[in-house]
Amino acid sequence: MNFFTPEIVAIIIEVVKGLVILFGMVIVAALLIWIERRVLGLWQDRYGPNRVGYAGSLQVVADMLKIFFKEDWIPPFVDKPTFIIAPMIAMGTLMLAFVLIPITPTWGVAPDLGIGVLFFFAIAGIEVYAVMLGGWSSNSKYSLLGGLRSAAQMVSYEVFMGIALMGVVMETGSFSMNAIVEYQATHHWFILSQFFGFCTFALAGIATVHRHPFDLPEAEQELAAGYHTEYSGMKFGMFMVAEYVGVVLISALLVTLFFAGWHGPFFAPIVWFVLKTLFFVMLFILLRAALPRPRYDQVMAGGWKFCLPLAVVNLLVTAAVVLATE
Amino acid sequence: MADDAPQFRNPAPSGVVPDVVRELYARFGENTFVYQPTKDDAPTLWVPLEQRDAVLIFLKHYIPRPYKMLLDLHAVDERMRRHRDGLPPADFTLFYHLLSIERNSDVRIKVALNGEYPVVKSIVPIWANANWYERETWDLFGIKFEGHPNLQRILLPRYWKGHPLRKEYPARATEFDPYLLTAARQDEEQNALLFNPEEWGMKRSEREHDYMFLNLGPNHPSAHGAFRIVLQLDGEEIVDCVPDIGYHHRGAEKMAERQSWHTFIPYTDRIDYLGGVMNNLPYVLAVEKLAGIKVPDRVNAIRVMMAEFFRITSHLLFLGTFIQDVGAMTPIFFMFTDRQKAYDVIEAITGFRMHPAWYRIGGVAHDLPNGWDRKVREFLDWFPKRLDEYQKAALNNSILRARTINVAQYNSEEAVEWGITGPGLRATGVDFDLRKKRPYSGYENFEFEVPLANNGDAFDRAIVRINEMRESVKIIKQCMNHMPAGPYKADHPLTCPPPKERTLQDIETLITHFLGVSWGPVMPPGESCQLIEATKGINSYYLTSDGSTMSYRTRIRTPSFAHLQAIPYIIKGAMIPDLIMLLATIDFVMADVDR
Repeated sequence: MNFFTPEIVAIIIEVVKGLVILFGMVIVAALLIWIERRVLGLWQDRYGPNRVGYAGSLQVVADMLKIFFKEDWIPPFVDKPTFIIAPMIAMGTLMLAFVLIPITPTWGVAPDLGIGVLFFFAIAGIEVYAVMLGGWSSNSKYSLLGGLRSAAQMVSYEVFMGIALMGVVMETGSFSMNAIVEYQATHHWFILSQFFGFCTFALAGIATVHRHPFDLPEAEQELAAGYHTEYSGMKFGMFMVAEYVGVVLISALLVTLFFAGWHGPFFAPIVWFVLKTLFFVMLFILLRAALPRPRYDQVMAGGWKFCLPLAVVNLLVTAAVVLATE
Repeated sequence: MADDAPQFRNPAPSGVVPDVVRELYARFGENTFVYQPTKDDAPTLWVPLEQRDAVLIFLKHYIPRPYKMLLDLHAVDERMRRHRDGLPPADFTLFYHLLSIERNSDVRIKVALNGEYPVVKSIVPIWANANWYERETWDLFGIKFEGHPNLQRILLPRYWKGHPLRKEYPARATEFDPYLLTAARQDEEQNALLFNPEEWGMKRSEREHDYMFLNLGPNHPSAHGAFRIVLQLDGEEIVDCVPDIGYHHRGAEKMAERQSWHTFIPYTDRIDYLGGVMNNLPYVLAVEKLAGIKVPDRVNAIRVMMAEFFRITSHLLFLGTFIQDVGAMTPIFFMFTDRQKAYDVIEAITGFRMHPAWYRIGGVAHDLPNGWDRKVREFLDWFPKRLDEYQKAALNNSILRARTINVAQYNSEEAVEWGITGPGLRATGVDFDLRKKRPYSGYENFEFEVPLANNGDAFDRAIVRINEMRESVKIIKQCMNHMPAGPYKADHPLTCPPPKERTLQDIETLITHFLGVSWGPVMPPGESCQLIEATKGINSYYLTSDGSTMSYRTRIRTPSFAHLQAIPYIIKGAMIPDLIMLLATIDFVMADVDR
């Protein structure tokens, strides 16, 4: 009858924590849709959604209800299995990446994972397939062009995304997220020593989740809706939520890797973590409101000719400094 | 009526033989031509069909300061026309309206055609931009052009039967059988839309790879209306493309032949639907030339002021959608706020917003309301500051510059060759603005500059338009400060609605008024044409009156038609995003293309 051994209890607690983080994050991502629309409205001389609930805060609920009850329609000309699996990959992989984030010293699913940063790269690598498969399986020309753009963009941006973070890893001496945060809490925030790493990683991060101005795979003015032109209903909803999960993920990663995560004076760690993450989320939205979109070849050129060399130089200098101070 | 020996007739109204006529007489002999007096300034010469090409080539290449631009080409069905004294016998007439920027002058060459369905040689080898005009003439008149690269219908769908601008073709829906869309008919109509690359001389594949054919439109976020362009793609590079128009065709020219001179005015509003009363202007000016009406100064000033308001609203919409097409989503909302402010003024003065149909033959619909100047001043205080801000925040953005500078570029020669006018021409450095060069409606009384740029790329076209808005503000300010007093309608029996003051005093005026109101005014027979600098380029109405309550033929030359025709030439070899930039900076509306 001694079913609830301390180990089991610990596991249950961990599972519950994991579920709380998972749902919390999905809810935040969904809320973000409303926040973004309201904030954009504020910046653009208009209201944004303000009818459902207080100041439109239940807009998400209304949208979700609508999207859940929409016919789950699959166009007859698509490649069915791939078409269905693509949005799942989009949402699933990005959510999986959240296991890495140490939200507070005690909350987090697997912040101690030894291969932490590498795990994120792997996830980002798989994420590309969502867009590529979505674009390719749709069997539509606009989707295909979106998928092509996405493939090219990811290939060029993931190269230096890895290199950009190697400086952080070298200084810490570990791939583990927890170790990285601990190091910053005891030494200095990496934004100081790894400024160029931060810049290049932030760019690559935006490109990875293809948010504006790197939203070329779905550039409305050129490719209608790009890779998700043929999607509707919940499958489109998954792409949509994935985008916002991506925004939260990249913001949380930037905070964790360069701004010492939950670390900060006076307030509880959770407050610091949320505040910092929210700051970057807002930055993402502001970028969307403020910037035009570069052309596809200009994005590629920017990646290969500017970001990659910068990341490499940053890596070499960091290595030299680490060697010299040891 | 038939002239066996065509002879020189008393030339232009002023009595002076225009230079071009003298040069043509010197080159081809006086007997080659028949001079037709018209009520506008463009010398009009009839040429025998055999001599046409020689005359056109001479005018384009060999005459000093040549007529490089084919501004317009179309036809007239002459079979029902009663007043053609002294003109060569013809069933149909082809006319070529040529423009010389160096001379700042026009010449109209006419060719008489005989037979039910005449066949003539195409002039595409002389002017590449005759291509679409000849297709349109074939489409609407059934005149065949031999040697044309691909003589297809252009405005009407391919399965259409008949040629609507022919006089025997009915104009009213009640004269047709009811339209029924059966399944078979739907299939037929769908199939007619399929794109066949071979027909346009395109290859489906090379030895190593296939091309992708992408339908951009007729529903596409950046196509600015129902415009379709089929792209032949190699990756994202545009190898070739075929613009397809006609989805917005409403037969405005045919409608002009069954509406009275007065009741056609609202139709003109909907030609360039962003141009509002600016569209009324060339039409009423051309009608006034026919009628011989001279309008009071106040009318001129009011017309100029309202036209410039619409230039601002149209350019603002251009600016917003252009920046949005570059990918920045915010600015367009600010521009809509500004347009709202402008429409507030327009609404207060005309009672309508987008389509006021407010100009009248010989005047405007009403006098300015009390307090109009306060409204105008509010707008003038608000707007220029915002414009500076847009330029600083949006157009100086480096991403926008990288997207637009040296993109979709053409030089002035190419622009003239393709009939590109308006900001698209001035962005290449050609100082040609009709408001300065051929002032109409009293533009000569205003001080303003003609903004120019040199590079002829997408960015320059945007900058020219921004600066044009600044000049429009200047013009409106002058109108506000110096609005002449006086009547808002000319004192002339043909004004519409006709003057009523003395109707109850003498029977003649009563009769004139009664006829003018019930039939509409009867314009004396003749031809007149008015070119204006509209929001998007040169817009002209070429009216033929046969002494009736309705126009015999109304030819509407719109700038966007010519601009769209040039797309394949400009964009070959560029990428899809560059095409979007070109579409955005042409600033067309499909209603203006298809009429």
